[in-house]
Amino acid sequence: MAKVNALSGRKPRRRISGDLIFKRATLLAALSIPLFVLGSAIELTRGAGEAIRRFGFSFLFQTSWDPVNLKFGALPFIYGTLVSSLLALLIAVPISLGTALFLAEIAPWWLRDPLSFIVELLAAIPSVIFGLWGIFALAPWLRSTAEPALKRTLGFLPFFQGPAYGIGMLAAGLILAIMILPIITSVTRELFLSTPVPLKEGALALGASWWEMVQAVFFPHARSGILGAIILGLGRALGETMAVTMVVGNRPQISLSLFAPGYTIAAVLANEFSEADSNLYLSALIEIGLILFLITLLVNGAARWLIWKSGWAAAKGGSGP
Amino acid sequence: MKKILIAVALVVGWATASPAAEMINGAGATFPYPLYSKWFDEYSKLHPEFKFNYQSIGSGGGIRQLTERTVDFGASDAPMNEEQMKNAPGPVLHIPTVLGAVVITYNLPGTPPELKLTPEVVSQVFLGTITKWNDPKLASLNPGIKLPDQELLVVHRSDGSGTSYIFTDYLSSVSPQWAQKIGKGTSVNWPVGLGGKGNEGVTGQVKNTPGALGYVELAYARKNQLPVVSLQNKEGEFITPTIEGISAAAAGASANMPADLRVSLVNPPGKKAYPIAGFTYLLIYKDQPDEKKGRAMADFLWWAEHQGQKFAPELLYGPLPPEVIERAEKKIKEIQYQGKPLLTPQKPG
Repeated sequence: MAKVNALSGRKPRRRISGDLIFKRATLLAALSIPLFVLGSAIELTRGAGEAIRRFGFSFLFQTSWDPVNLKFGALPFIYGTLVSSLLALLIAVPISLGTALFLAEIAPWWLRDPLSFIVELLAAIPSVIFGLWGIFALAPWLRSTAEPALKRTLGFLPFFQGPAYGIGMLAAGLILAIMILPIITSVTRELFLSTPVPLKEGALALGASWWEMVQAVFFPHARSGILGAIILGLGRALGETMAVTMVVGNRPQISLSLFAPGYTIAAVLANEFSEADSNLYLSALIEIGLILFLITLLVNGAARWLIWKSGWAAAKGGSGP
Repeated sequence: MKKILIAVALVVGWATASPAAEMINGAGATFPYPLYSKWFDEYSKLHPEFKFNYQSIGSGGGIRQLTERTVDFGASDAPMNEEQMKNAPGPVLHIPTVLGAVVITYNLPGTPPELKLTPEVVSQVFLGTITKWNDPKLASLNPGIKLPDQELLVVHRSDGSGTSYIFTDYLSSVSPQWAQKIGKGTSVNWPVGLGGKGNEGVTGQVKNTPGALGYVELAYARKNQLPVVSLQNKEGEFITPTIEGISAAAAGASANMPADLRVSLVNPPGKKAYPIAGFTYLLIYKDQPDEKKGRAMADFLWWAEHQGQKFAPELLYGPLPPEVIERAEKKIKEIQYQGKPLLTPQKPG
């Protein structure tokens, strides 16, 4: 009971109630995440200080990585991270959307749950296992079958030239695609399942074919959600370490060919951090970590903005709720 | 409920009250980890009042943790460089514990094992100037063998490693071009080749890729039955890597070992010496902060240099030659606490 003191006009102190403690505790939990992000950013910047002072902006454009002569450049790693993640998205998104649509709309009731379960099981497999599978199953198959076939048919494109060892950017992209499939599929499936039935039936009643109904009802309804799912998948792909480092070839070079080996930020950190034997070397590695941190922030920020924009456009008069 | 609580409290009190073994912590190189595990195990049986805990996080990590004083001793394949010695809060002793060898292994189906190579050819392969197996330089060294017209894929280490240090040290000493362009280190800017993670990664890559050639620790090649290269040493002999060859390398180089024992063993003199070998070191502060722990470590090191060496060959490590053990003994005697040496006086003989 909030009484006001008749003499001083001040409110008496609130009793420490269970409610108050609960509110404060949840506030603390909620604040801890931004604090953690802020703290990480500060620590990363501090650790990267020596490299930033020495190399400045040229760090982002240099391509040599020389721990002996202490010349460092981040471009090959940025390139590798972005290319492998983009490749993974290119492969995974159509498959995920198709799978989600199948599970939501077409699959017979007895197939839906077991298949969904298996897809989600894929997400539970540790990334080291994916890496091992990549080395012993995927890479040999790529080297002996897939890459020569690609070379024969599409070899005029710069993406499919050069010696094919199996290990390389293509292997990394494929493994990442398999790893982000379950995330995108399960989120999108839930979205599709939640499409309002009246909208679906309305479209069909008006004479739309099944595919036209999907285009007119499912995709607009789930648009921002699909984007969110893709960003989730992209986030995993950008940071994935073990599986990538085992199949990407670990060579800091920039090459258009997908058969060529490459390097990603997460992979180089995992490989070289514990043995970095000079302060500048360590600082350069931390700066690369900071760059990944910033890339992730940028990508997520851009996605949030896109989602906000498309939601706003939809509210103004597009289809869907 | 109350009775259960009392019972639990009594058990916990009893458990924590009993004398626990003194814990000695170390961290560092992955290469000697199997042998160090064996040593700690055997030594604890003899001296149960001390327990050793070792984290194999890599040579660089070991040096860093020793410098931060979060561990009592460190371990590294590559000796500490000048910058690291300066960063350490006190003088650090390098005690060599065992020998390791780096071998060159390859995957060429249809070719007999033990291809012969010279240092010049090896450096050209790793520099990228030799790219095919049937290159005339390779063929002339192996006249009886038909080498295929196949791309030579180089595999090196992607992670920082003592194995890489020893190998690049070797390449720097046999190839002035390599020394000038690339140099030696636990991580270098490799001109060609794929990177595999760990000895296991390189072994896996070589095993799975026909035409691949890489460098690994001797034990890995042996355990995976991979063919190894017979490498020409300084005296012109082609040596297959064996424990005897490694010990010969150490004996040849130990005559010129500097006082602090930070030495490179690559390309040594000696007819039977294998050219790519190296010590692995245990790193310990000369001035110990804790008398009991310091004495325990000094005694353990003495045991490792003498009785411990017999465990080395079965785990495919090279035992130290007597000349090196003698110098290591002198170093161990330097470990002190507040001025007085810590090593328990040994009975002669």
